[in-house]
Amino acid sequence: MIAEVGHYALILALAVAIVQTVLPLIGTRLGDRQLMSVAAPAAQAEFLLIAIAFFALMTAYVTSDFSVENVWRNSHSAKPLLYKISGVWGNHEGSMILWVLILALFGAAVATFGTNLPRELKANVLAVQGSIAAAFLLFIVTTSNPFVRLDPAPFNGMGLNPVLQDPALAFHPPVLYTGYVGFSMAFSFAVAALIDGRIDAAWARWVRPWTLAAWMCLTLGIAMGSWWAYYELGWGGFWFWDPVENASFMPWLAGTALLHSALVMEKRDALKVWTILLAIITFSLSLMGTFLVRSGVLTSVHAFAVDPARGIFILAIMGLFIGGALTLFAWRAPLLSQGGLFAPISREGALVLNNLLLTTACAAVFVGTLYPLALDALTGTKISVGPPYFAITFAPIFIALLILVPFGPRLAWRKGDLSASLRILAPAIGIAAVVAMAILAFTAPRTLVGAGAFGVAAWLIAASILDVRARGNKVIRASVLASVLAHAGLGVTLLGVAGTTLWRSEALEVLAPGESMSLAGYSLRFDGVKAVAGPNYTAARADVTVSSGGRTIAVMHPEKRLYPAEGQDTVETAIRTTIVSDLYLALGDQRERGRWVLRGYVNPLAPLIWLGALVMAAGGFSALWGRLRAARTATAAIVAPAE
Amino acid sequence: MTRLVLALSLALFASLAQAAPAPDALGDPAQEARARALQKELRCLVCQGESLDESNASLAVDLRHLIRARIKAGQSDKQIVDFLVSRYGDFILMAPPFEAPTYALWLTPFAVLILGAGIAIWVVIGAKRRIGDGA
Repeated sequence: MIAEVGHYALILALAVAIVQTVLPLIGTRLGDRQLMSVAAPAAQAEFLLIAIAFFALMTAYVTSDFSVENVWRNSHSAKPLLYKISGVWGNHEGSMILWVLILALFGAAVATFGTNLPRELKANVLAVQGSIAAAFLLFIVTTSNPFVRLDPAPFNGMGLNPVLQDPALAFHPPVLYTGYVGFSMAFSFAVAALIDGRIDAAWARWVRPWTLAAWMCLTLGIAMGSWWAYYELGWGGFWFWDPVENASFMPWLAGTALLHSALVMEKRDALKVWTILLAIITFSLSLMGTFLVRSGVLTSVHAFAVDPARGIFILAIMGLFIGGALTLFAWRAPLLSQGGLFAPISREGALVLNNLLLTTACAAVFVGTLYPLALDALTGTKISVGPPYFAITFAPIFIALLILVPFGPRLAWRKGDLSASLRILAPAIGIAAVVAMAILAFTAPRTLVGAGAFGVAAWLIAASILDVRARGNKVIRASVLASVLAHAGLGVTLLGVAGTTLWRSEALEVLAPGESMSLAGYSLRFDGVKAVAGPNYTAARADVTVSSGGRTIAVMHPEKRLYPAEGQDTVETAIRTTIVSDLYLALGDQRERGRWVLRGYVNPLAPLIWLGALVMAAGGFSALWGRLRAARTATAAIVAPAE
Repeated sequence: MTRLVLALSLALFASLAQAAPAPDALGDPAQEARARALQKELRCLVCQGESLDESNASLAVDLRHLIRARIKAGQSDKQIVDFLVSRYGDFILMAPPFEAPTYALWLTPFAVLILGAGIAIWVVIGAKRRIGDGA
């Protein structure tokens, strides 16, 4: 019964989304206030209905209702509760419901909190948001209905892919989707502005908080995914340039550019046409990511859909929205006035350079991800594009960007003074040079690129600290703190990437119980393997005694788990971290006579990779916080005289 | 200069081969280092997401043995790679070669950079001229 309620709510949501699209658009054409005012309650109702469908599906999962085919395919009664819940979005149909739920959440948030928006803009924004929801709801209802029943109901389910049964991965999709889908807000605002034909600095002020929230979640989502890959896949790698990773990284790069260009638009009324285009591009990349991941074009754990009808449907949605938005852009953009002149050396100039480099970096990832697919489709030639390609195309562009980052906040709007900025930044340049020299002189392997990477990281962090110190005892504004944290976070992540890549040491041996291997100053004694029973798996758990300089410092337990319900096994690594370094152990295959393959890595500075992402996200939060507080003060100021 | 940038970025983003004693390691550390470096440039055809260096698939194990056997037999890296490409196609390479079908792949990022820079300079200089006129 609950499944039918969910199914019905989904169809109602589709109907409401169509109303939300059509009536407000007619309203803004005719200037009819009543039709326009349908948008907000429709957006709220749409969210409510999708939430009902979502929780209906979740109920079916939590109660292990295997008469629902989707639950039968992706769950099992013995699964811990957390993974029953996360199983809702651990499959194609459920993850699409989560997708539209978040889309509707953003729409409902604008409907509820966007009280200061002009009536026409708000109606148009919600109409565009409604049209995206309508398209995806139609997709779900016609090709990916999660509420299909089975008769007779099977006795138990088929289980969830065990590599997905992990705490970080349980929350990775919702956080990532909030980022991905959150960029729909920027898209809807851009299209609404183009429909309206009017756009000014206020537009940027309204759209920026939504973009910030999305960017922050995307940053965290990507970091969670990378962290998961690090500890779950058992190779100590944190980024593989896998198409699915790239699919989430492209909107991040474009979204980062958008945040910066919207800043120029807000403060200086310049770069309007570009900012609108970037808003369209950013969400288009999110749509493309959804297509890549959901259509089954790529073979990976993410691609649950193998049904070509789904791929073609999402491709059609993508073509409709991207093509439609770009056509509208080509038609309307020439009408937008360009304001806000600036000299090449200025804050605006720096942000233009920022956008140029981020866009190019994004283009490199785009080509590297799609070229093999296109070449295969057109000529049948199969090639693969892996890390070496991105090292040559993406890395130099991104490093150039990082070197230029500290100049941006130091330059004044309109016309900046480069030599004055250099004088202020001189201590940071000194610190960076000292760090690079020290790395070159005292560490092995001695590579220029390694020293350079540490120098750039030190430069980013030192310049951020200078920014704080330059303000003396004055209270630091949230918007300043935002750029300080976000830019310092980049430096912290770069430290982690450079440290792990340069200094990782690795040991791989077949050990009998009692035998030891040595790894970067540690002695690892393999004390044998015990069988351990988990809630829905059995594990071979190794005892490895770690000692350093003859003193025992830890006993670590890398595991290999077998999930009988799914018939798959997973590697559970054991990681001992001290923030400055990770000792990382993974248990390999069993060999003859009780011997096991044991792999160990020491990954210096690895935790900083994700710590840096947290710092960046904190920067985003700080900007958002400052924005919300400013909005509240402004509202209070308007309300006060009326009292 | 370009070569320096290439070398620098390659060294930064591709993880460096530090010879680890694999169960089937070659006796000579220099040869083993070559084998490890080769493995990292070649894709596992079964897992596709992983390099030969990382994969546990039996094909990857076989190919790791093949690489070592050929290094021992005195073949150069290029000979080994050429053999694997002739057998499995370009797909086995982590980065495809720079040739007619992949010119666009390799050149697009730099074309975007040059084109974008051109547009940006044109717009900004144009704006500056207007400031100049206004003054």
